[in-house]
Amino acid sequence: MATTERKPILLDFEKPLAELEARISQIRELAEVNSVDVSDQIHQLESRAQQLRQEIFTSLSPAQRIQVARHPRRPSTLDYIQAISEEWIELHGDRRSGKDDPAMVGGIARFEGRPVVMLGHQKGRDTKDNVTRNFGMAAPGGYRKAMRLMEHADRFGMPIFTFIDTPGAWPGMEAEQMGQGEAIAYNLREMFRLEVPILCTVIGEGGSGGALGVGVGDHLMMFEHSVYYVASPEACAAILWKDAARANQAAEALKITAWDLKQVGILDQLLPEPIGGAHADPLMAAETLQQALSQNLARLLQMSGDQRRDRRYEKFRQIGEFTEQTEAHI
Amino acid sequence: MSLFDWFANRRKASPISQERQERDIADGLWTKCEQCGVLAYTRDLRANQQVCPECGHHHRIFSEERIYQLIDADSWQPLDRQIMPQDPLRFRDRKTYHDRLRDTQTKTHLSDAVQTGLGQLSGEPVALGVMDFRFMGGSMGSVVGEKLTRLIERGTADRLPVVIVCASGGARMQEGMLSLMQMAKISAALERHRAARLLYVPVLSHPTTGGVTASFAMLGDIILAEPSATIGFAGRRVVEQTLREKLPEDFQTAEFLLHHGFVDQIVPRTQLKSILAQLIRLHRPVTSLKPVQSAADDAVEPLRARQALRPSLFVPQDSSSA
Ligand SMILES: [Zn+2]
Repeated sequence: MATTERKPILLDFEKPLAELEARISQIRELAEVNSVDVSDQIHQLESRAQQLRQEIFTSLSPAQRIQVARHPRRPSTLDYIQAISEEWIELHGDRRSGKDDPAMVGGIARFEGRPVVMLGHQKGRDTKDNVTRNFGMAAPGGYRKAMRLMEHADRFGMPIFTFIDTPGAWPGMEAEQMGQGEAIAYNLREMFRLEVPILCTVIGEGGSGGALGVGVGDHLMMFEHSVYYVASPEACAAILWKDAARANQAAEALKITAWDLKQVGILDQLLPEPIGGAHADPLMAAETLQQALSQNLARLLQMSGDQRRDRRYEKFRQIGEFTEQTEAHI
Repeated sequence: MSLFDWFANRRKASPISQERQERDIADGLWTKCEQCGVLAYTRDLRANQQVCPECGHHHRIFSEERIYQLIDADSWQPLDRQIMPQDPLRFRDRKTYHDRLRDTQTKTHLSDAVQTGLGQLSGEPVALGVMDFRFMGGSMGSVVGEKLTRLIERGTADRLPVVIVCASGGARMQEGMLSLMQMAKISAALERHRAARLLYVPVLSHPTTGGVTASFAMLGDIILAEPSATIGFAGRRVVEQTLREKLPEDFQTAEFLLHHGFVDQIVPRTQLKSILAQLIRLHRPVTSLKPVQSAADDAVEPLRARQALRPSLFVPQDSSSA
């Protein structure tokens, strides 16, 4: 996929790997200059590097996983949409707030021959883009645009794919004036009303209510290095530990990984990523996504609209952990 | 000088000694208004529904008192008291969640942050949920989610209006994503209640923020708020940090939300019960298709009679006194 070679952006825990790779290329250069054959050693070192990469990425701590989820090169909503669809027309605006929100994108795509509405949070692909996209933090207008597109999908019988990738809904003065709470709340309720299949995928960061605002569906998937949390570990640490520096500890305690969410019955399906994360091989990640969407869509299309709505209700209805004592014990 | 004036003068002229004041406050005889500082008899304050008679400040009240204020005597039928919280994540911050729950339960005599039940509100049957800020800031975890969902489902099944008095800092972090998902779960139940064409009225009291605002607090057919209540999605400090400037004084108050069109009315607590009863009556299904009061040909007369009783009708008024 990478036609232009870009300098990789390294995360701190990738350092040992980077050092090893630097040594390999050093040896290769020296061998070339001195015309020595070191292919055996190189081969050995390369398989060691491969092994190291695998070790690192299969034992990431929750805090490290957040770094991967927030990696600046991680494929974004628009990257995935363009990779998995045969046609794509982006649509803009909520028809209400008087401005389009670039932090939420959406439109109509053709997916395996079928028109589908795809939408999601859009982070920037570089610093400048990130400022335009408000780092993927949508305003009320973004959630209302998403709802408008989902209504459109329901009217025309198009399935809906949503992609979640946001640190949270935009906490701004204007966002509050425009009703950030109402915008998200409205989506939560109305997504239970829609009859068409809704498939939601956390592709990076699932930040609290801002993520859930496009996250109610028949099937929830998460890429393995994605995270989904009730409050960002930074905010949680500041509130519960009164110390923002405890974010790593909060990340651990909040149970934010795909495996954690599978365990409590929130997540339906975990999508494996290429070793080194989705950004190491975006095409491979997109293929995984396409296959998973395709299989689940086929399954959901066999049900009636009412069946899907009832199942969706039951799916969320059973989430929660509590005990129920008999009246006599109180 | 009337006796009333004499008391008023006396209070102004010779305030009770500092020491005496403190003793009486400690005894619970007097309560000092946190807004204006004026002392009121605790008993009088309670009779006035914890609204300061001097400045109108609404003191924070908790679930039993709210139920007492809204529900007709002897008609309260609590639901799902047997549902108790768990510690699914074995969460630990500076204290374990397990201990925090146990200590809060002992202190408040509550099982969790909401009480739900059925009762009569001025004779109108209603399904009522009341959040309690004392219980971990009214935060919403699995128990709040489950109890409110069951309440709304009961409302749908029995064709009852649902009223939820909100008081919450938002989702409960100690239950992680389970808490976030309660927002969706409750909203799902409200969707079915709504589809059945039933009335839902949230009452936003101080404070209503975060995940509660981004779900059932904002999903009312009609939304009421208490005066000066803080209502918002993002925390004020978070917004201030992102903005790097001071926010207006009334930011995220009930008045701010009314101004921006997100609540229907700000209702003083002393009028809340009668307004709720009125709203419920106005949404009661009209069973007869015939005009309720009179035949069409003499319908003009009662209107004139009403007008005679209310001379202010059709007379321009100062909008502030309306
Ligand atoms: Zn006062």
